[in-house]
Amino acid sequence: MNKRFYYIITGIILVLLQVFILNNILLFGYVNPYIYIAFIFFFPLKRDRFLFLFFSFLMGLFVDFFSDSGGIHAFATLFIAFTRLFFIKTIFKKSDGDFPFFNLKEEPFGKFFNYVVILTITHHFILFLLENFSFQNFSNLLLNTLYSSVFTLLLFFAGNHIFSKNLS
Amino acid sequence: MQQIFFFVQKYKYFLFFLLLEFFAIFLIINNHSFHKSKFISSANGITGKLYQKSSQFSDYFHLKDQNKELNDENIKLKNQLELLMSKNDTVFNQTIIDTLQFHQKYTYINAKIIKNEYHKSFNFLTVNRGKKQGVLKEMAVVNSKGIIGITDVSNKDYSRVQSILNKNSKINARLKNSFHFGTLIWNGKDYNTVQLIDIPKEANITQGDTIITGGKSTIFPEGVLIGTVIKQSNKSTFNNSIDIKLFNDMSNIGYVYVIKNLDKIEIKSLDDSNNE
Repeated sequence: MNKRFYYIITGIILVLLQVFILNNILLFGYVNPYIYIAFIFFFPLKRDRFLFLFFSFLMGLFVDFFSDSGGIHAFATLFIAFTRLFFIKTIFKKSDGDFPFFNLKEEPFGKFFNYVVILTITHHFILFLLENFSFQNFSNLLLNTLYSSVFTLLLFFAGNHIFSKNLS
Repeated sequence: MQQIFFFVQKYKYFLFFLLLEFFAIFLIINNHSFHKSKFISSANGITGKLYQKSSQFSDYFHLKDQNKELNDENIKLKNQLELLMSKNDTVFNQTIIDTLQFHQKYTYINAKIIKNEYHKSFNFLTVNRGKKQGVLKEMAVVNSKGIIGITDVSNKDYSRVQSILNKNSKINARLKNSFHFGTLIWNGKDYNTVQLIDIPKEANITQGDTIITGGKSTIFPEGVLIGTVIKQSNKSTFNNSIDIKLFNDMSNIGYVYVIKNLDKIEIKSLDDSNNE
């Protein structure tokens, strides 16, 4: 019960951080980091999967509420939340039996890096594809994905580094 | 029957995932159509309040710009007033207030942008006026420098504005020095540049010409400033698109006016009777 409450609070803080601070950065006029997806990277595997999918959908939907984008964040976030399991299986070489004992912090950094990068780029690509809503300006879309992904990843790893140092 | 249960049991997560994704797609498509009611918008009570609070903080950083803009507008209005006074300064000076002759067409409602965006292909703004203050759907939003957008969702206290920097926006516009008109659109690339299309080939356009709204819709009054021509197309393309630089810096807008057309219902009913 306590843990669930903790996840809800973390989710709310991440959404507020995203919509009030990070959505206003607009580096070079259009590049934004989307750091709220860190919630999906870290959500523990042993929890109920329905709850996880629903939480990630809600999280995307709340960002959509604030940025007037229909359901694009909800779609992209739910997509990486669902495909996360597949990537964990392939990157960390885990089977269903290992999931209850799986801890991201104990995994080697290289694998963790791959996992985060793949999910981030997938999320950003879907996000910008839906935001564009057409195949015009496709090169712009790819550039946007690249720049925003790099920005998100830089911010994510910096934040991860700082907070994990403080905790230990 | 058993097989269906097995199927659902086996793929329950995938089915749940699909259900939510379809719901998201429905919301996305709903957001792209102008004439449908929206479920997801920043004009609802909670997000509106939060944006209002956050804009109260960030307002202090723009005070200088806002002051200058107000000052500029004051000078413009004062000059116009002097001009009118000098015209009125004749022997014939009689005030008639007759509701049949005096016919006001537009009223202005002041508002403030509490959420601005310009980096997407479909941009929406939020203003702190809603139905309670008389702001409804499909009203023009302008400031002293030019057009900003059209209201698209209106709730109790807040409204959402479809910016001109939205690929769905189509606004009637014309040249200031002639009556050739076209449609103003945005190609989604640069937030300082919009495009004027479908302007007749007879129109004589040179670089630096001013573009204003055409007044051929019930939303915008005639003569609201838009921008200046920066690049002409070669005349052989079929839609004859012209690049226009906006007077407004869309990344930096604060106080705006919402324009209400008092004749809208009458004009609409005329249009409808034509179709019958």
